[in-house]
Amino acid sequence: MARDRSARRPAGPSARLGFGASVTGVVALLALLAFRTPASPHAPQQTPAPDAQGRLVYQKWCAGCHGDSGRGDGYAATRLWPRPRDFTRALYQVRTTATGELPRDEDIRHVVDEGMPGTSMPAWKATLSSDERAAVVRYVKSFGNFQGNPPTAITMGSKPGGGSAAVDSGRALYRKIECWKCHGNAGRGDGPSAARLKDDFNNPIRAADLTANWRFNGGGTVEDIYRRLRTGLDGTPMPSFNDLIDGHIVSDADLWRVAMYVRSLSPEETPRVRDVVRADRAAALPGGPDDSAWTRVERFYLPLVGQVIERPRNFAPAVSGVFVQAVHDGAHLAIRVSWSDQSKSPDTTWTTWRGRMARTMADDSVPFDTLSPFPDRLVIQFPVSAPSGMERPYFLMGNADHPVYLWDWSSTTGGAAEAVAHGLGRQEPIGAQPDSVTAVAAWHDGAWSVQFVRALVTADSTNRLQFAPGRAIPMSVYAWDGSNNEDGTRAAIGSWNAIYLAEPVRAGVYVWPVVAALLAFGLLLLAIRQAQRAAAQAAPRAASEPQGMEAV
Amino acid sequence: MSGWRTAAGWTAAALVVVACGKGGEHGGAAAGGGATASAAVPFPVDTAQAATITGRVAFTGAHPPAQRIDMGAEPTCAAKHPNGAFTETVVVNDNGTLRNVFVYVKSGLPANLTFPVPSTPVEIDQDGCMYTPHVFGIQVGQTLNIKNADGLLHNIKARPTINRPFNVSQPTSMTTPRSFTAAEVMVPLECNVHSWMNAFVGVRSDPYYSVTGADGAFNIGRLPAGTYTIEAWSEHYGTQTQQVTVAAHESKAITFTFHG
Repeated sequence: MARDRSARRPAGPSARLGFGASVTGVVALLALLAFRTPASPHAPQQTPAPDAQGRLVYQKWCAGCHGDSGRGDGYAATRLWPRPRDFTRALYQVRTTATGELPRDEDIRHVVDEGMPGTSMPAWKATLSSDERAAVVRYVKSFGNFQGNPPTAITMGSKPGGGSAAVDSGRALYRKIECWKCHGNAGRGDGPSAARLKDDFNNPIRAADLTANWRFNGGGTVEDIYRRLRTGLDGTPMPSFNDLIDGHIVSDADLWRVAMYVRSLSPEETPRVRDVVRADRAAALPGGPDDSAWTRVERFYLPLVGQVIERPRNFAPAVSGVFVQAVHDGAHLAIRVSWSDQSKSPDTTWTTWRGRMARTMADDSVPFDTLSPFPDRLVIQFPVSAPSGMERPYFLMGNADHPVYLWDWSSTTGGAAEAVAHGLGRQEPIGAQPDSVTAVAAWHDGAWSVQFVRALVTADSTNRLQFAPGRAIPMSVYAWDGSNNEDGTRAAIGSWNAIYLAEPVRAGVYVWPVVAALLAFGLLLLAIRQAQRAAAQAAPRAASEPQGMEAV
Repeated sequence: MSGWRTAAGWTAAALVVVACGKGGEHGGAAAGGGATASAAVPFPVDTAQAATITGRVAFTGAHPPAQRIDMGAEPTCAAKHPNGAFTETVVVNDNGTLRNVFVYVKSGLPANLTFPVPSTPVEIDQDGCMYTPHVFGIQVGQTLNIKNADGLLHNIKARPTINRPFNVSQPTSMTTPRSFTAAEVMVPLECNVHSWMNAFVGVRSDPYYSVTGADGAFNIGRLPAGTYTIEAWSEHYGTQTQQVTVAAHESKAITFTFHG
């Protein structure tokens, strides 16, 4: 879904990245076609046999990641995390069958159609025809051992009612069956076992962040979640809870309630990405990131992607998006940024994770010491001055001619500093001043929230943006999770968005529309009166003239 | 291979073997009673004729020390190990032998020989956030009772390459039955909640396997006369094989030696 959203956006960096990836994909595709499936001049009209058709579709669209022989070792594989599926094991995460069972054809087809949210696997239903998708399912199955009993779908019980009481009961069950051991107290994937999780291919794997259901591999509805509880996600640490029903330890309805609770941890609607973050005017600014005043301020979701333009790159970013809220009081601007982060870096619990991630993504990493304590970091980027036109600095921290102005928060210093940058990695501090930006941060159960505050207008305005209400000012966000080896250019980045400081609401805003409406109404009445008078004078002649004329 | 009789005969033979066996300490041929032994074909090599391969797994050199397991995150389990819990990847016994080595007949049995599924289940327990036993054998189709004595969340995940993998949640004291469909040496078991927990199952279609214990000895009994490839599998040191020929009623002792 995140992909869809960024694709719809104007040419921000993510759109550009998408374009770059498409170009790479097309080039790779041409190479594949040129070298692997030379067109036969003799039989181009023949409809290929099912397997041949599946092979063609696979080689064209799938082999780049999943490999020619289905081992999940395509040329892109080492840059992808989670890694593409190895089909030779006939091991599938998203199924309707019990753990240990083969998937049904419909299960594989579902993943081909819908993709795997939160991974690199896209949905193919818009790209490939139904026949092509059916053929590729048959072909993918040929890589693994599908001998044995035909798999059957588990019988799904019916979802119980109960509304919020069911959700509360689900919360208690979430504790009881110890989902929190991996998924954490608040569901953000920060449980005590999370840092050491591995998949069946020994790659590090995250416990899902249950507050972002649009990224659930198997789908984010209550039904999807319930099915994952029943079947598990084979090949990952997520087990099946089926045996608990058989053993009368929990009921089927209980698992539904757990699913309802898990669903309740995410927003009701998948957050829409909007270009402009609105900062309304408030009488007073919130006192800190935990101030309850923030709960009444609208949240804007900004998706982030790995920085893969400058080396060393970040192909496995930990932060997939942030929520931004903002208010101003006419003199100061407060911006609160909150995001899921499983670790309060530096955190020695995650040292082994760092080593495993470094090995998994070694292909593109400049060697570094996984023991050096990288902090968590968040940067808000602005131009150094409000642009007069549409032009914005280069989104990756500007360039020599068009620098950017940064608010830079780090979990080690606990505060924020201002800086100016002339490109990624070319950042210089702006010395502390009485009106420098301040930041207060809080970390609770796998989530950071940081409140930045700065005066709209500062004494020294060199390289320091001066905020003014009533206009959109470019803004974007960078995030680093130190426990995911993120530092320097290994960041999660966003495209240029904007922040708009609302102007104070003048009384005239309410008065003038009413006056205008009354005036218009009066004029209308006048016009009707005159028309009626004219009609009355014309009435004696009406009988001898066509009716239609009255309407003129 | 001279002297082999019909497959049916061998099957019945195994049934009788199983029915008579009382299960040695080392698990070899420690199968349950074969209830389906209706075809009472005489055992071609009667008990008096059966051969035995015994021996020990010696260890020389230095070995990686057992690592102390930090169970701080799981106080219930930590309390079950007052003297600390240690990894079992390499356990060298006081008599210089290696524990937890799976020794089995890798080849040499006639391919058409089949064995009944023992009705006695094999049990693996999760106690103190450790698997007991750490290495064990089971026959294809035989029930594996996976017990959770800890009463806290374990997930038991089998990561075979021939059998189907499974991953079952056990958030409380309970027993989950499972079984395997194909011979496979070894199937790793693991718990993802407690990353230190692992165990290995040797799945065989015959009962000719044994696991070394505190004395480092193994015992594979009630074999027909023949020439066998015996393999010893160690979690850390890999495998070794030996060819052994045993005559009827012969008991031969062999030694595997792993070097640190």
